[in-house]
Amino acid sequence: MYDIAVLGGGPAGLSAAITARARGKSVAVLSINPAYSGLWRAERVDNYPGLPGVSGRELIERMAGQAKDAGAELIRARVTGVMDTGDGFLLNAGTEIFEAKAVILATGVVMAAKYPGEEEYLGMGVSYCAICDGMLYRGRKAAVVGRSPDAPEEANALKEMGVDVFYTGLPAARPEGLKDSIPYIPAKKVEIKGGDAVTGVLLDGEFHEAGGVFILRQTVAPTAILPGLEMENGYVRTDRQMRTSARGVFAAGDCTGKPLQIAKAVGEGLIAALSAVEYLGGK
Amino acid sequence: MLKHLTAADFDQTIRNGAVVVDFFADWCGPCRMLAPVLESLAEENTDIAIYKVNVDEEPDLARRYGIMSIPTMLFFRDGQLIDKAVGAIGKPSIQSKLDALR
Repeated sequence: MYDIAVLGGGPAGLSAAITARARGKSVAVLSINPAYSGLWRAERVDNYPGLPGVSGRELIERMAGQAKDAGAELIRARVTGVMDTGDGFLLNAGTEIFEAKAVILATGVVMAAKYPGEEEYLGMGVSYCAICDGMLYRGRKAAVVGRSPDAPEEANALKEMGVDVFYTGLPAARPEGLKDSIPYIPAKKVEIKGGDAVTGVLLDGEFHEAGGVFILRQTVAPTAILPGLEMENGYVRTDRQMRTSARGVFAAGDCTGKPLQIAKAVGEGLIAALSAVEYLGGK
Repeated sequence: MLKHLTAADFDQTIRNGAVVVDFFADWCGPCRMLAPVLESLAEENTDIAIYKVNVDEEPDLARRYGIMSIPTMLFFRDGQLIDKAVGAIGKPSIQSKLDALR
């Protein structure tokens, strides 16, 4: 059981981790590979005070190193669900479960809009977690909509479970690491179709039968991670203390809204951590 | 430990009163998160019966209720399906659904 689980290993999450450690709290930073982030690929960051011209990659590596040296555990995990147990939280990432007393969401921003049908069929064939729901589709056709560099691995896992899976990605070369036995269908436009439940996907207007659609983006939407979380204009609603609508859950960085800038993310991470520490003290 | 229902005793069991059924599987992470929460809710809400159905052992029950994602909780009153919750929603959310079921 950690005092604080931080979802996201970008500037907001790492800043929160550093501050929480300074206050003596145990911290786990749960994040997918930071190399998949936009910031990692930024050649120059010119408006972060004190480090003019630093590369995004160097900035993340330095922040991550600082958080690690401070005693935070940096764990590679894609958290798809957070559940309030009444006196803490359980976090699900694939087959792993983590426990924490407070949660800080620093998951960044989902750049892409949802696909038509995505929300309507969530739980009725649409899933964000191949490892969680894959077994329900054994022996049936399912689509993987790959919008994250680790999506081919999840498609491979589905194949190994016995799901008749096909993979659709943005038009480009067949993604590296995707099993040869998985058909690859490049498409720009994705639409989920169905009746009571999903029956297939329209890929650039062409219908492909599928009983399940696994949508794998770099960032899982906050409301998918924590059902019922209040949003505002597509971002997590917080107050000045970075408290969300859910008790014990705080948010920081791009997921709380514009400006989508590092300095703002770092500042919010600090406030979220202090608020979480205060919340823990009052428990 | 909550009782597991099978196709043989399902209809009989949900027929009377307020009943919640959690469809789960052993390999499902969110189901494992939900399990201890349901156990404690059962202890705190003794007037509501909470059961589980293992979808691997009871595929017909899962198909009958169109279970496409697990965990899925079904809320019955006198045999009528009143509400449904997909995913490991938190304890406070489940409690308010139990209150509504009464």
